[in-house]
Amino acid sequence: MRRGRDASRLLVMLRGALDFLSSLRLTVALLVLGIVLVFLGTLAQEPMGLYLVQERFFKSFFVDAVAMNAAVRKTAHLFGIPAAPLPPEAYFATPLVPVFPGGYLVGGLLLANLVAAHVRRFKFSWTKSGIVLTHVGLVLLLLGQLFTDLMSRESQMSFREGETRNYSEDFAKHELALVTDVDGTDREMVVAVPSTLLREGGEFRHERVPFIVRVQRLARNANVRRRAPMVDTNLPPASSQGAGASFVMLPLPPSLSMDRRDQPAAVVEVEAGGALLGTWLVAPTLLPQRLTGAATGWRVELRPTRYYQPFALTLLRTKHEIYRGTTTPKNFESRVEVENPGKGEKRVVDIYMNQPLRYGGLTFYQFQMGREQLEAGGRGTSALQVVRNPSWLGPYFGTVLVFGGLMVQFLIHLVGFVGRRSRATANAAIKPVAA
Amino acid sequence: MNKPFLTRWAPAFVAVVALIWAASKLAPPPRSADGMDTEAFGRLPVVFNGRVQPFDSVARNSLLQIRGKQSLREAGDGARMTAMEWLLELMTRPQAAHDRRVFRIDHPDLKSLFGLPVLDPSDPRDDGKHYSFSKLMPGLEKLREQSNVAREKADASRDPYEQAVLKLGSAMTLYLRLQSTLQPPNTSGFGAELADYTASIPGGAAAFKARFAGRDFDTNALTRTLDHAQTYLAMHGMEAPLVVPPHHPERERDNWMRMGEALLESSFPVALLRHLVNEEPLPQAEVARLIEKAGTVPLHPSIGLFARMADARVKGDATGFNGAVTEYRSVLASTFRRELSKASQEQVFSRAEPFYTSMVLYMAAFVLAGVFWFTLSEATRRAAWWLVMAAFVVHTAGLVTRMVLEGRPPVTNLYSSAVFIGWGAAGLGLLIERFWRNALGLAVAGLLSFASLIVAHYLAQAGDTMEMMRAVLDTNFWLATHVVIVTLGYASTYVAGFLSLMWVGLGLGGRAMTPDMGRSLVRMVYGILCFATLFSFTGTVLGGIWADQSWGRFWGWDPKENGALIIVLWNALILHARWGGMVRERGMHLLSIAGNIVTSWSWFGTNMLGIGLHSYGFTDAAFKGLMAFAGFNIAAILAGAWVHRGASARAATTAATAA
Repeated sequence: MRRGRDASRLLVMLRGALDFLSSLRLTVALLVLGIVLVFLGTLAQEPMGLYLVQERFFKSFFVDAVAMNAAVRKTAHLFGIPAAPLPPEAYFATPLVPVFPGGYLVGGLLLANLVAAHVRRFKFSWTKSGIVLTHVGLVLLLLGQLFTDLMSRESQMSFREGETRNYSEDFAKHELALVTDVDGTDREMVVAVPSTLLREGGEFRHERVPFIVRVQRLARNANVRRRAPMVDTNLPPASSQGAGASFVMLPLPPSLSMDRRDQPAAVVEVEAGGALLGTWLVAPTLLPQRLTGAATGWRVELRPTRYYQPFALTLLRTKHEIYRGTTTPKNFESRVEVENPGKGEKRVVDIYMNQPLRYGGLTFYQFQMGREQLEAGGRGTSALQVVRNPSWLGPYFGTVLVFGGLMVQFLIHLVGFVGRRSRATANAAIKPVAA
Repeated sequence: MNKPFLTRWAPAFVAVVALIWAASKLAPPPRSADGMDTEAFGRLPVVFNGRVQPFDSVARNSLLQIRGKQSLREAGDGARMTAMEWLLELMTRPQAAHDRRVFRIDHPDLKSLFGLPVLDPSDPRDDGKHYSFSKLMPGLEKLREQSNVAREKADASRDPYEQAVLKLGSAMTLYLRLQSTLQPPNTSGFGAELADYTASIPGGAAAFKARFAGRDFDTNALTRTLDHAQTYLAMHGMEAPLVVPPHHPERERDNWMRMGEALLESSFPVALLRHLVNEEPLPQAEVARLIEKAGTVPLHPSIGLFARMADARVKGDATGFNGAVTEYRSVLASTFRRELSKASQEQVFSRAEPFYTSMVLYMAAFVLAGVFWFTLSEATRRAAWWLVMAAFVVHTAGLVTRMVLEGRPPVTNLYSSAVFIGWGAAGLGLLIERFWRNALGLAVAGLLSFASLIVAHYLAQAGDTMEMMRAVLDTNFWLATHVVIVTLGYASTYVAGFLSLMWVGLGLGGRAMTPDMGRSLVRMVYGILCFATLFSFTGTVLGGIWADQSWGRFWGWDPKENGALIIVLWNALILHARWGGMVRERGMHLLSIAGNIVTSWSWFGTNMLGIGLHSYGFTDAAFKGLMAFAGFNIAAILAGAWVHRGASARAATTAATAA
């Protein structure tokens, strides 16, 4: 008896939960939350920068107190209420205190709400077919965005005319790379440590590397500049060996702006066969540094993370057109040669605005172009945006479904409405005659 | 003639009158008293802002940026000058032009920067707002300093004073640029100067070549040509409009030249001079080639004709001026037919002001619709209908002409989006009116189209509204799909919002708010909201697809993208709240009014943040306007909630019929 009552109570509760999950009230509440979230996430972009906003508002389950504070301050500022933006360091303080639902929570619940509503109330009828189609499309769009967040990867490939690249660089991430030439070939062997694994005091060994690397100093953003001997008397050289012997490393607060990324720097100590070889300063602005002693033949550098590909692109020619008598760009165009020895492919392609190259699971977009060199008669440079997004077709299908669904629904209403309307008019026209 | 026929067709007469008025503006104005055919001069093509346009457009857009008006009437003496007359004076008799009060300055701190009095009682031409170049010139250096300070700051963080500094700075730069369009600003007679320059070239070029070959050369001959050349190089550096057409249009049709560089072509080309004087890099082979070429290229025939026009204008010789203009036209006629006709069309388009005309007609229609609700006279409603029709015809003609002139879909920038929203609103309003015949569609078409054209009018003050599209936007396919559809989404959301505003307005008093009207309003708003959802959604995701095509990111959380998304979410919210029975008549109308604020935020507000891909720069006045509009809608929501507090009871029946 008791168990039966428990079971039925559980059933009632479950049904209640499902009712709630599939209710239109929840839909409306989530839409309200979504609107507020998107609005705040827009305002926070000025103080926080786009990348941080994406992480903290949209690609997370909760918006934290600091991010919310930034958005509220910007809102106040917009209305003329003085509110100083937070210092950049504040955005990286932990722990994060959740204060508002984030993009994943709102989006996830909307998805659950939508699916539950259709499962619960599904009864096929032609008049509702548009609605079903629209919502299937919406599911695709929401999932597509999630997959894009999880799987897409953006990097850049920049080169001068005549240069060949078989890798692209991710300027948002860095790696500590140990590089040596492979004898008798034009190849290099690279052992790379992602910068996220670097810690001050951390130590790295690898079976193919005949020495040990320790991180002495590390800064996620730093100003690395030449040491001025007369001025920088209280700033010692950054390292004992290599370029660092005449450079200083000054840690900076994290950069938030959209067009300036963090430039990390580190001082590493190298030990081989129990003997200390010295310290080297590494930073993306410095050239690779040659190691000495037992590590001779190896180079060390801290560089943007590279993604190597089994094929290579050669920049043949760049074209930069502007409108006559202005500085407004009209077109950027790169002619590249794609060479894939593994597949025996070799062809020439033009990449220009709104006309990317899709190859090898990657898409190459015209991104930037050096103009000064072109004008001075030198070799042009070009930067391509390289995107890997396996789910790129998702939004296309989603869009077609939603558009189709809305059109169907709209036409059903319109036909019904015009039909009623013309009957009404016909009745109205008949009446006076009858009267 | 029977009476029904009269009530039916007599109101159409207003459309006839309106269209005759619109057509009358196509005719050229009478020639000015001095007999100079400035209209014909204004039809000549030049290249400015990267596009072929008539001199007339350069004049109008420049005066608009400098003075905020398309014509010039100084306080005190009252004579009106067209923009073309003003520009012609600036280009040919700069000293006279410098005394015209063309620079508008409103900010008091900016006036004191120049040491300008609040109002000079001794000067009848002083209106306290407009100042001449001569008056401002002494403060130019101070303005430059202040501009540099202001330019350091991010767009969004500049205060009104800094914005005013930059605006005046760019107005004065533009003024100086225009000054160097036709002739060197300090010339004492362009024709005579040109003759001296041409005569000097053979000797000068020979001396130049001899010098580079290391032989003896005639210093005087070289100096004589170089003196001219230096003036022309400075003139070229001013970045004036490009007035001299290319020598070989069949090969290089876009290669128009500034007067300065066209003059230098015959002696020492710009690239060579810049290399020699400013040490700009140039490959050795190219230097040798240019030296060899010096003195061999004949002057472009247009230069002599422009000199004749300028001299005749200075002397007041109307026959000479008109003759030179006609002759230049016939020179262009054989090879530049396309440019000539485009320039003529654009001149007529600017003169006809179709958007201004339709703006006036929309307002008149709105007034008539209002009158209808008090009198319920069918003839008045029909008159309003015909007025909106006439306005719509003129509006459409203007829109199509712009598209033809630009070779682009209707929406290319913020200005044209305002024009298009007005057009879409009028179309929807007419459609609504065809079904319901209660003047609501007409009132919304009238008011909303009027308002959006006013917005367009203010946006046009930024200058050329047909500017070229930067590389990533240079795609007619996406402009025609994403941009047009998302703009229609804005337009339809506004139409729903304005219909709901009518619901509030009619509820305040008068005879029009019958239960029948109430039911119609619910259906209209509901229907338009569905339409708005379709368009705003489709437009938004098409934007995503464009972004994916351009840089591989379907959605980047850019402020403008977010704004569009909020409109979609808002419309979806209203529809779902209605389907779930959470709102009825009153709630739906109030939410739909709030849609006005949401749409304005997306359309304008996101541009004010100064971040993201779609930020076009913004003014303080526009922000205040936006705030005022938002405040008005909030007031309407409160008023509607109060006036229609009985609406929920009525709603039960309405909802039943609408479902």
